[in-house]
Amino acid sequence: MMKKTGAGIVKTEYFTFAEPPNEMKLSSGKRLGPVTLAYEKYGKLNKNKTNAILVLHALSGDAHAAGYYEEDKDPGWWDVMIGPGKALDTDKYFVLSSNVIGGCKGSTGPSSVDPKTGKPYALGFPIITIEDMVNAQTYLLDHLGIKKLLCVIGGSMGGMQALQWVASYPERIQCAIPVATAAKHSPQQIAFDEVGRQAVMADPAWNNGNYYDTKEKPEKGLAVARMVGHITYMSDKSMEEKFSRRMKEKDYSFSFTADFEVEGYLRYRGDNFVKRFDANSYLYLTKALDYFDLSGHRLIPKGKNIGVRFLVIAFKSDWLYPSYQSQDIVRQLKASGVDATYCEINSTYGHDAFLLEAEEETRLIKHFLSKTFHGYDVARAYEI
Amino acid sequence: MNGLRIDNKVIFDIIERGSRVLDLGCGDGELIYVLAKEKGAKVQGIEIDDNEIYKCVEKGLSVFHGDIDSGLAEYPDRSFDYVILNQSMQQVKKADFVIQEALRVGQKAIIGFPNFAYLRARFRLFFKGRVPITSSLPYYWYNTPNLHFLTISDFKDYCAQKTIKVVSSYCLNEKRQVRFYPNLFALNAVFLVTK
Repeated sequence: MMKKTGAGIVKTEYFTFAEPPNEMKLSSGKRLGPVTLAYEKYGKLNKNKTNAILVLHALSGDAHAAGYYEEDKDPGWWDVMIGPGKALDTDKYFVLSSNVIGGCKGSTGPSSVDPKTGKPYALGFPIITIEDMVNAQTYLLDHLGIKKLLCVIGGSMGGMQALQWVASYPERIQCAIPVATAAKHSPQQIAFDEVGRQAVMADPAWNNGNYYDTKEKPEKGLAVARMVGHITYMSDKSMEEKFSRRMKEKDYSFSFTADFEVEGYLRYRGDNFVKRFDANSYLYLTKALDYFDLSGHRLIPKGKNIGVRFLVIAFKSDWLYPSYQSQDIVRQLKASGVDATYCEINSTYGHDAFLLEAEEETRLIKHFLSKTFHGYDVARAYEI
Repeated sequence: MNGLRIDNKVIFDIIERGSRVLDLGCGDGELIYVLAKEKGAKVQGIEIDDNEIYKCVEKGLSVFHGDIDSGLAEYPDRSFDYVILNQSMQQVKKADFVIQEALRVGQKAIIGFPNFAYLRARFRLFFKGRVPITSSLPYYWYNTPNLHFLTISDFKDYCAQKTIKVVSSYCLNEKRQVRFYPNLFALNAVFLVTK
């Protein structure tokens, strides 16, 4: 058996709350309960509970951010960043990774059983927003007795949750690190999501969301959605480097089989995804992304002084969440008198870079966190 | 002392304790770091170079990775006591715009630049017919990052023309201030200006 280093062997835990009649209120005005959140913990919470970092995942992520499951050979999705001596150093910090509601990775979502009907919610599940995801996470924090987080950090949809945390609960956060994200979804981003949703809904097996007890699942549709997604996560350059025009066989097949490696890769990614992801969750989560808009004074209300410090990170080749969107976040923060550092990492990996550029991210995040945790020896521009 | 280069030392001395400072083209953040540490200044920097940004973050400085040509629109008027443009003004595309922006967001601006009319520069151009290369202009024509070449007198003219008030000016050679014919004997100049 291989040695499982880093965060070591981990397990996902579950917390259930908002039992009726105390259901959680959602942005839509609807109520949801009971709600379960899947989460993982790495490192130790210190006595004063001042070393907690909340890690928030992207669209297809889950609570399993670091370490290994007993039976698995691959670690969690951000294992390069979380563990002893890593950017989120579990020797120093208590790292909490929370799943989102609406997903299909152990938290309440459309595939969960609706206690009222005894059947999966399917489209009976209420539309949720990033704000609802964050509100659900506050129950988890309260349950763990964490009043204030040292840091909220996440990439892509995780970055949006981090921003939402600041917008909703600035007093509970010392610093925020939104990575490869935006303060609002642009029409281009909404458009890509809509293509994905239409692909799912065009699959006859989707059956208006009712496929949980049928033999056929909307796998084709979801796979196409994921293929489109994957294209947007890479860059022209990273695709050239990874695939170029390399062929699977020696010559053209003169048929519609996957001649090129890139086609094979996308098909493989698509087929793999449907095994681990629920099509309805894909609809709900992309909708939550599209509704996200913390532009203008929604992030920091006008005239409000908040003590949260920001490290905003973007990637040069990311065209799904282009760096101008991160710069807009920083401009918004500066205009509100909030301390923010911005860095654009020179990477060719496209949006995927936030999962891959560990060395550069570590260099920034490790120092930023440690200064936030141990205190700065220099005054900041907007000291409150 | 704090080991600062002479021009940075001059700037350090200008800035009062506790001031709010924005350094445009802050490099590795050495000056603002010392200002923050020793004078309790509240500092921020903007820098375009990747590596320098990492060094700034390591120092715990608050910095923005980008170019100053794209402006300071997000900063409200007068949000800083001092805006520093030292050895970076001659490298931006729109020098006039950047100076005006610096004077909008800052009460005062500190502008430092190499003096093109330095004696050795004149000598090289006049007698050798070569583009000046001096310790403050150490580049060849083909690899210089400088886009604008100016002299101390040029800058004074500019300020007069744009009704920018020169509060004080410091003309420097490698080690100290130059008071005698500075436009001829100074390598660098640092101007403290205000609108």
